[in-house]
Amino acid sequence: MSTIVLLAVTGLGLAALYFLVASGLSLVFGLADVLNFAHGLFLSVGAYATWWAADFMPVEAAVLVGVAAGVATAVLVELILIRPLYRRTIEQVLVTVGLSLAGVALLQSVFGADPRPFPRPTWVEGVVPVFGARIPADRFLLIGAALLVFVALAAFLRYTRYGLIVRAGVENREMVTALGIDVRKAFTLVFAIGGAAAALAGSLAGIYFTTVSPGTGGSLLIFAFIVVVIGGMGSVPGSAVAAILVALLQQFVNYYGGSGAGDVCVVALLAVVLLWRPKGLAKA
Amino acid sequence: MILDVHELDVHLSGLHILQGVSFGVAPSGVTALLGRNGAGKTTTMRALVGLNPGTGRVLFDGADLAGKRTHERVQAGLGYVPEDRCVFAGLTVTENLRLAARGETDLDLVYNLFPELLKRGQQQAGSLSGGQQQMLALGRVLQNRNRLLLVDEPTKGLAPKVVTEVAEALERVGATVPVLLVEQNLAVVRRLAGTAVVLAAGSVAWTGDATHLLGDAELTTSLLGVGR
Ligand SMILES: Nc1ncnc2c1ncn2[C@@H]1O[C@H](COP(=O)(O)OP(=O)(O)OP(=O)(O)O)[C@@H](O)[C@H]1O
Ligand SMILES: [Mg+2]
Repeated sequence: MSTIVLLAVTGLGLAALYFLVASGLSLVFGLADVLNFAHGLFLSVGAYATWWAADFMPVEAAVLVGVAAGVATAVLVELILIRPLYRRTIEQVLVTVGLSLAGVALLQSVFGADPRPFPRPTWVEGVVPVFGARIPADRFLLIGAALLVFVALAAFLRYTRYGLIVRAGVENREMVTALGIDVRKAFTLVFAIGGAAAALAGSLAGIYFTTVSPGTGGSLLIFAFIVVVIGGMGSVPGSAVAAILVALLQQFVNYYGGSGAGDVCVVALLAVVLLWRPKGLAKA
Repeated sequence: MILDVHELDVHLSGLHILQGVSFGVAPSGVTALLGRNGAGKTTTMRALVGLNPGTGRVLFDGADLAGKRTHERVQAGLGYVPEDRCVFAGLTVTENLRLAARGETDLDLVYNLFPELLKRGQQQAGSLSGGQQQMLALGRVLQNRNRLLLVDEPTKGLAPKVVTEVAEALERVGATVPVLLVEQNLAVVRRLAGTAVVLAAGSVAWTGDATHLLGDAELTTSLLGVGR
């Protein structure tokens, strides 16, 4: 029993990371049709900026520096590299893939290829007893942060003017412009939001894995893409549900079926969902 | 003329769809843009609002629209109601209206024309009937101050009672704002339009008085392929 509880809570912690990366990816694709392979770079930039800033300030404040760095990177990437290439899908893929490779290489040359120990707030070091299981407290930090971001995103989409534009644009971008709205401003905003969430995921991944390395972004990005496709492009609740499904499946199967089996099952889940609902869970 | 279209050419997927289309829209009243299926009416409307790339000259109230993007044209007062309504299915009626509001709006007019929209404010637009969706598509644009309306087949696929309701609304609106109307229902054209422009195979085939066109059975048959 205590093993199951531990696996479940750890799985939810992992789901939190997947959700934070996937929600931005999903909104960017849903609204702007951009398949952003450089999204993992926002995560890595956030993680390294936090790691760097933690020398000068408490970790909690350093995370904010990381988020700001993620936002800045995302906005610059959108304005300089993506904006001239809207509607040119192949070029976009090439540019974002190239950028993610170059970004990893750059991080390696600056910080080295080896994992660096990541600063952790002291209050996540303890364990919390739940139904007889001893759960490391950092899991709850991850879950809590993802819940906050989920609520904030839902409120943004539901109650703000730009949220309305994003929801409408995901459905039919052309029609939004035909109502007199400059939809490209919303593109930049969605990139900024995605950059913030990914950078937060980067810091949390550092805290969770206790280290940061240039490859962290890329490996999380693969599962985030799977989460986006399973959840349905452009749907934040879809990403949340899919993140939980994928992470729990991965945790349990890796534990009971041997490590690596969980990743295979995730790909199998992807195939099943695509056959059953080609547009993902959110869209019937 | 509120709108002057001069030698408009549109190529889509390598096909030469519009070939030197020229016509004008009067500064008041309803101008009908007619033609058989596939004549190029929707292509023309989309090019005017900047959704189709086109060459040639389009003057809107004297200002050249060249290089202006779609949202800028609309903000300049060109209200566009597309064929097939295109309401946002996942947004409520109120959200659809709020999204489309530009500056000072007149929702009273919209709710007055279509009381149904007031009753169904919280309903998802995707679950509205076809007629209600058309009312929403019109309401979205009519709440704003427009200097010209482009309306593409607003009565397509609607029951006779709703056709009448939509025609009445356009008649009221047309009294204050000039309208370029694509319409297949000739009874509606007869009721609303002063001038008619007929397209055939991507060019203007006839321009003149709408009543004259519809009064001439031979002409209507040859241009539109229908009797009266
Ligand atoms: N994106 C496109 N690519 C290629 N051809 C197109 C495209 N859009 C329209 N066409 C063609 O252009 C021609 C004109 O189409 P358009 O939709 O303007 O006709 P229409 O007059 O509005 O017809 P309807 O009365 O059926 O709505 C048609 O032959 C159509 O097949
Ligand atoms: Mg048409």
